[in-house]
Amino acid sequence: MNIIRTKEQLGPNVTKYVVDAPLVAAHRKPGQFVIIRVSDRGERIPLTIADADAEMGTITLIVQAVGKTTREMAMLNPGDSLHDVVGPLGKPTHIQRFGTVLCVGGGIGTAPLYPIARAMKEARNHIITVLGARTQNLLILEDEMRSVSDELYVTTDDGSRGTKGVVTDAIRTLVQSGRHIDQAVVIGPPLMMKFTSMLTKELGIPTMASLNPIMVDGTGMCGGCRVVVGGDVKFACVDGPEFDAHEVDWDTLIRRLGTYRNAEQAAAEQLDHMCRIGLHGGTPA
Amino acid sequence: MTNAERLRIPPVAMPEQEPAERIHNVREVPLGFTREMAMTEAQRCLHCANQPCVEGCPVGVRIPEFIKAVEAGDEAAGIAIIKETNLLPAVCGRVCPQEEQCQENCTVGRSHRDVSQAVQIGKLERYLADWEREHHAAVVPKLPPATGKRVAVIGSGPAGLTVAGDLAKLGHAVTVFEALHKPGGVLAYGIPEFRLPKEIVDAEVAYLTRLGVNFQYNTVIGKSLTVDEVRHSYDAVFIGSGAGLPNFLHIPGENLLGVYSANEYLTRANLMHAYDEDSDTPILRGKSVAVLGGGNVAMDSARTALRLGAHRVMVIYRRSEQEMPARKEEYQHATQEGVEFRFLENPVEILGGTDGWVTGLTVQKMQLGEPDASGRRRPLPIAGQTSNVPADVVVVAIGNNPNPLIPAALPGLQVNQHGGIVTNEDTMETSVPGVYAGGDIVLGAATVILAMGQGRKAARAIHAYLSSRGRVSG
Repeated sequence: MNIIRTKEQLGPNVTKYVVDAPLVAAHRKPGQFVIIRVSDRGERIPLTIADADAEMGTITLIVQAVGKTTREMAMLNPGDSLHDVVGPLGKPTHIQRFGTVLCVGGGIGTAPLYPIARAMKEARNHIITVLGARTQNLLILEDEMRSVSDELYVTTDDGSRGTKGVVTDAIRTLVQSGRHIDQAVVIGPPLMMKFTSMLTKELGIPTMASLNPIMVDGTGMCGGCRVVVGGDVKFACVDGPEFDAHEVDWDTLIRRLGTYRNAEQAAAEQLDHMCRIGLHGGTPA
Repeated sequence: MTNAERLRIPPVAMPEQEPAERIHNVREVPLGFTREMAMTEAQRCLHCANQPCVEGCPVGVRIPEFIKAVEAGDEAAGIAIIKETNLLPAVCGRVCPQEEQCQENCTVGRSHRDVSQAVQIGKLERYLADWEREHHAAVVPKLPPATGKRVAVIGSGPAGLTVAGDLAKLGHAVTVFEALHKPGGVLAYGIPEFRLPKEIVDAEVAYLTRLGVNFQYNTVIGKSLTVDEVRHSYDAVFIGSGAGLPNFLHIPGENLLGVYSANEYLTRANLMHAYDEDSDTPILRGKSVAVLGGGNVAMDSARTALRLGAHRVMVIYRRSEQEMPARKEEYQHATQEGVEFRFLENPVEILGGTDGWVTGLTVQKMQLGEPDASGRRRPLPIAGQTSNVPADVVVVAIGNNPNPLIPAALPGLQVNQHGGIVTNEDTMETSVPGVYAGGDIVLGAATVILAMGQGRKAARAIHAYLSSRGRVSG
């Protein structure tokens, strides 16, 4: 039973859950993910692991309620259970002493970035973190990231926190001020990862990105999560989810993520309707 | 009854759902024999002394004996005979390629010089298995005392279920680890409901549970538990982790929106019930669906597409009807349902619009040349003859490699160039002592019964291995 132990609202539609998953908690490494189902007729969705406590047998998931499944998850409360949790899946992040590591987090992408930054710090790297979000209340884990970073910069599109602008502005400023960066890790919305990767390529900074394609089984069977990296087809669930950002075909990834946009919209509207007429327990977050 | 009289009885036709009706539902197509039909079909068996049919069965079911029980109207005796050697008769009766195995060898078919005239062994097997399930007659055999030995089975597909059942019956404590949220492996995610109702798989798993087998779902060995942890906690390990990454054609356009691997398409439909409006898992319901490939998985994909509401479904295969590896029965069912077969056409490009969605494909007309390594005539392009086929969903059904997870997680495990685990043919033991493997993880992409045959061999060898390592009864 994957009982939800605690639930905390981190921002509008962004919720942090601590969930029982002892095997995952004992085995997970930074960069890995789980696949969950909320209910018996639910779909399988991949979620990154933000943290874990092997002794307590719990993992931390940070989820933005965007589609039907994540919104149904937002209706669950401590004591409720997730129907299924399987993992940890994917290859762990390659952690080593690079020197100076730039950690770039966009929106909810900061959740999986946090354990990676911490492990990079423990490997005695100098950590420069740049966090970006549209607006202040969409920034998450700023304090946690600060605790594992030597330097931390924040950008928001509207200037409500940190510097007004986007993460690439902050990275450019850093490099222009003469900072040398040995390795970058970027996790966030695909478009943000694409632009960050274009910039770091221009600046000659090796960059890893964690990809979030559509998945079904997550164990190397269905091939739904295929991505193009360096001209070859790779499967994010077993070959990734992290890849050399400069080799990723971002446009194909972004396009394929839109495969079910119509179905997702219809499902979300149906859920709204069910909630309004009281046929669905709880209220949407 | 004399043999001459038996030979004169024509094969009994199993009733089926009408094609026009069945493409609008996912219920099973062949409806099963009545008792009278089964008894008549059983009368066609000559009970040959040399039993060529048994020779053709990968698990050696004592076929003439169970058929005799059907003829005598003793279903309980019949199913008991089958279950001595075949743990999953309701599954095998439906999905085994009997026409290439037991029925191919049948003397009745041989004397008519037509394999379709053979005794319908598979259908009789299904009859008995269904009788047992419908009458809740499954008997749990008296189990020997516990041996105290623990066996881990990785994967709950046909190979894993066979190993689990065989070893549980010998008194070993068996735990089956399944990566997905449901048991059955390919029986659950791959083979469609209309060919193998999932309640049958569930019933088989429930039976194994009654034998004491423990199932752990959502557990990926190599990830949720390391292979070493499993090896330390169990006295022997069987790897039946099955099919892995699907093959693609490596032609332009395979990453367009609307292009699926058959594994993904069928998993969405079967495991995730995407055909059901109540399911949260989406699937693209194409109007014009092109399925690439000519095997059973291609047939399953094409027939699934019809049931998802496609107006036109095409199977595009680069060789001719004769070389097509799909079972004749599946091919016939697909044809009856209106699937269009385009033989001797090789897809060379998948076409898409500016929005990234698939719009069709370009196919190259082929002709057959000399036989190739597979013994089938090699398809060769006819210069200058290409054409475009419109499609809004394309399903690539050209096979898959073995699953990569366990080989990646167990250093020292010997694999072949395709990633299949190398095993001793007689014992299914791998290069790692105490670790055995069978099914698609060894074979690549094979059949349910071959996986079960390997499972049976492995179970025998595991039992011998455990017995040689300390006190084991049974």
